[in-house]
Amino acid sequence: MSTTDYNSLDFSSLVAISGDEIVTHSFVRDVPLSAGRTLALVTLDNGRDHTRPNTLGPVTLLEFAATMEKLTTRAGRGEIHGVAVTGKPFILAAGADLSKVAEIPSLEAGKLLSQLGHHALGKLDTLGVPSFVFINGLALGGGLEIGLNAGYRTVDAAVPAIALPEVFLGLIPGWGGSYLLPNLIGIENALKVIIENPLKNNRTLTGADALELGIADVMFDSARFLEDSIAWADGVIAGSTKVSRPNAPGKIERLVKWDVAVGIARKMLVNRIGEVATSPYVALDLLQAAKSGSRAEGFQREDDALAGLIAGDQLQASIYAFNLVQKRAKRPAGAPDKKLARPITKVGVIGAGLMASQFALLFVRRLRVPVVITDLDQARVDKGVAYIHDEIAALQTKNRISPDEANRLRALVTGTTDRSLFSDADWVIEAVFEEIGVKQSVFAEIEKFISPETILATNTSSLSVEEIGSKLAHPERLLGFHFFNPVAVMPLIEVVNTPQTDEITLATAMVIAGKLRKNAVITRDTPGFVVNRVLAKLLGEAMHAVDTGTPFEIVEAAVAPFGLPMTPFELLELVGLTVGAHVLDTHHAAFPDRFFESDNLHKLAEHGKILERDAKGRRTGFDRGALKIVAGGTTPMTAEQILQRVEDGLVDEIKRMLDDDVVHAAEDIDLCMILGAGWPFQMGGITPYLDRVGASERVFGDTFHTPPIRGIGVQLPAVTRS
Amino acid sequence: MAERAEVVFVDGVRTPFGRAGEKGMYWNTRADDLVVKAIIGLMERNAGVPPERIDDVAIAATTQTGDQGLTLGRTAALLAGLPKSVPGFAIDRMCAGAMTAVTSMGSSIGFGAYDLAIAGGVEHMGRHPMGFGADPNPRFLSERLVSEDALNMGATAERIHDRFPSYTKERSDRFALRSQQKVAAAYDAGNIQPDLISVATRSESGWGLATRDEAPRPETTMEGLSTLRTPFRSHGRVTAGNASGLNDGASACLLASGATAKELGLGVKMIMTSFAFAGVEPEVMGLGPVPSTEKALRKAGLSITDIGLFELNEAFAVQVISFLDHFGIDDDDPRVNEYGGAIAVGHPLASSGVRLMNQLAHQFESHPEVRYGLTAMCIGLGQGGTVIWENPHFNKKAAKR
Repeated sequence: MSTTDYNSLDFSSLVAISGDEIVTHSFVRDVPLSAGRTLALVTLDNGRDHTRPNTLGPVTLLEFAATMEKLTTRAGRGEIHGVAVTGKPFILAAGADLSKVAEIPSLEAGKLLSQLGHHALGKLDTLGVPSFVFINGLALGGGLEIGLNAGYRTVDAAVPAIALPEVFLGLIPGWGGSYLLPNLIGIENALKVIIENPLKNNRTLTGADALELGIADVMFDSARFLEDSIAWADGVIAGSTKVSRPNAPGKIERLVKWDVAVGIARKMLVNRIGEVATSPYVALDLLQAAKSGSRAEGFQREDDALAGLIAGDQLQASIYAFNLVQKRAKRPAGAPDKKLARPITKVGVIGAGLMASQFALLFVRRLRVPVVITDLDQARVDKGVAYIHDEIAALQTKNRISPDEANRLRALVTGTTDRSLFSDADWVIEAVFEEIGVKQSVFAEIEKFISPETILATNTSSLSVEEIGSKLAHPERLLGFHFFNPVAVMPLIEVVNTPQTDEITLATAMVIAGKLRKNAVITRDTPGFVVNRVLAKLLGEAMHAVDTGTPFEIVEAAVAPFGLPMTPFELLELVGLTVGAHVLDTHHAAFPDRFFESDNLHKLAEHGKILERDAKGRRTGFDRGALKIVAGGTTPMTAEQILQRVEDGLVDEIKRMLDDDVVHAAEDIDLCMILGAGWPFQMGGITPYLDRVGASERVFGDTFHTPPIRGIGVQLPAVTRS
Repeated sequence: MAERAEVVFVDGVRTPFGRAGEKGMYWNTRADDLVVKAIIGLMERNAGVPPERIDDVAIAATTQTGDQGLTLGRTAALLAGLPKSVPGFAIDRMCAGAMTAVTSMGSSIGFGAYDLAIAGGVEHMGRHPMGFGADPNPRFLSERLVSEDALNMGATAERIHDRFPSYTKERSDRFALRSQQKVAAAYDAGNIQPDLISVATRSESGWGLATRDEAPRPETTMEGLSTLRTPFRSHGRVTAGNASGLNDGASACLLASGATAKELGLGVKMIMTSFAFAGVEPEVMGLGPVPSTEKALRKAGLSITDIGLFELNEAFAVQVISFLDHFGIDDDDPRVNEYGGAIAVGHPLASSGVRLMNQLAHQFESHPEVRYGLTAMCIGLGQGGTVIWENPHFNKKAAKR
């Protein structure tokens, strides 16, 4: 295979589309080493403070390449004896500048972006003198790949995050990472960094992790990181410091372990995320191929792979989703001025069951104010408090909180059946039985004890918040505050704004959601709000297909192209079949012509399960009893029919929600589905997917997004599918 | 009852000294980071010292606000990664800050309260110009407690020229020229570098590394010196050339009881013999080292003729000349400031005391014939400080030769 001469390429077309790039400059200063030698120290600095990390755009990369060429010349003249690259304070570099990826006009231009990275960073390998990267701070994606292209790496013990998050974004490490990393730290470690971690909520590495994995050769404390790094480089250049790399793959690893490890990772991947998302599999192929061949060949494979991904739909949807989560989630649409929010100095929780106790725990941990819980009788209250105390103890055992903090939290949590102890609470949330009469009466009762300004929040998932408040003297201080299960983990809260809810109440809820470290989306008080209404559509259609006689397998296969984290039946079991049936009933009651209810689902709930599972809980098939229950449908559908019904149904429902202003924009629907239901980045939540498969066009003759969020339409070249 | 102990100077280091101001190499480096790096460097060089055995950390600074505030010894200890169990505090005696840190910690060791201590100082005169933010009591002037000149160090140096007409400007310039030449020679001989802790420096054009003092001007000539302005008085004698400059830098040293040094197998570079501080008229503050030295000699039972090496802080050439003149020592006596002084390397106020000690300790090694040496410095508002040290490398045979 002939390899690319990167020096012969013309990158001017990339520069043309990066007019507003914030350039990260490559500054060079000479540093004296021992024995009269000199180290050229390159600092990457975009001239902004640490809140605007260095990024690597085309102009930046070309400047870096030119700098390296000058240093190569100087090295040839014997003026310098080593080159080291480091970053501005706290930051090495946060990776490629992705803001322009949506504007990449062609497959060739996409490929050029990868080639430019190889062109620039690859020069660290051809300086003629040893090259070092001192990882002084944040090093993500291309930022870390600068280091991988160098001969040696030091790392600061205080670095907050080191990662190759590309797969999380629908990309692959395409500036050398996919080839260099497994050849530096071994295939298993590389799989962990490139594939596993990005899919585990984008987990990052610390300096100590990087050292242990073998990404860094040595670690120094931050106080003298640069001085120590320079001294260490001096030793390496002088030959007095020897570098050993125990994790670097040897012959046996390449012959025996490599393919096996990739095979295991592939199985794990299929199990965990299915086969719809492209980039993890492309990364897997690249890692597998990195077993043999030259660096130049590896780089060329990355060029082709990255070009294909940049041209595809999933990357564009992923970047859209990433921006939603990073930006829109932090500035919720329709949120009133934060200054209106009332301070919360005490929280009351009505109910002492599991959900209520989880709320109490979350509120006390995050707000650190007194939290009082109540229930029908002292026994229930005591049980709730005991649960919370146990959870606090567990946090302490896991060293998540100190003994002092545990004492503080325990002292803040009290339980009572005396409602008068709620009188000085600023915020009262209920988590009682999901029935309108019950919720109305607990609020009516508590209102006798609390001030007219105390904010009331209901965790209802299916009832009308306005109706819950209809018997209140002060309904303006009520809103919905809908958590997702498990409360501690799921990052979304739907804040439900009724026609009566006032601005102060809404502002306070948004601030409280932030303090609970949740993302809040404001919705109108309509059935199911956002997440449950969209899920009810999907699950209703799935059960309807079953009810008409379609086998479970066909239904699952039909919606497989979505690439959802779980099938409809897995999801039903996760939320509980009884809850699932209730959700379908509620939506059917609200919108009888559009949402299906399912008798079968009630029967399945009574039966207890749909899936057959082994002792470890892994699914092995469908439960025989369940199969018997749903037998008898007479008009089965094909997978194609189901897929179209689901897609079109979702388009129709989401369009109605937007027309009805349940939330302000399609972006908010997508944000809710990503954060509340774990729908994947590659779908962009849901609306980019519906646009790109043509469903939006079919249903309402237009698209949710203009222009639609999709690639330039070239499929992945076969060359990467080795 | 605590047991009285011998006090030894185990090791001392400093950062390279920079020129103060925007163009100086430390303009973008925090003052506390300078002293933290010095402490870390000191501990790394003395890896046999269990950090939890350090009994106290005394760090001096003249202007204790901003990055030189917040009880520096404690913050520097925490930032340097010393165990939280190690206490610390801040000291101020203007130019003699680090020297006072040493005598204070030395006293605590000598009394038997401490076994090991870190003493040092820092001054970032670029970030903290001398006297900045100070609010002198108006009584100083209204009641003529001090003359107006007392608060301006350059003016106090001019007053010494007034008092001793034989100390001419030419004599001061010649002393300054030799200081520059001796520093250059000491660098060439590698006598300064061993005790320097390099510091990464940041500028808008990237990181660099400070490995040498920034202030020395080895190209200095008498002709050049003669043309310099006399900023404190027209037709005066004190110039930027025959005075120390405005500088940034930090120093730190490790002191121990003799028994602890022995227990831990630490090297002993110097043994503390005596020390003294003394006051003089603030308007001639440069004379301060004379009475402090006399007092320290008396306490030690020594005479000036017992002192074989002198490290005198060169705040101003004339002020060192006054000291030498008082004790009958020639301006160019080889025992005095063998490696040059502050006129060349600079004087980041509260850090300089330990620099003098580092240099004396280094000279002790190559002068086994010398039994006693002395570090002394003048101090703003009319004081002097002197520490007399004994050379552990002293060898009677060498002395007889």
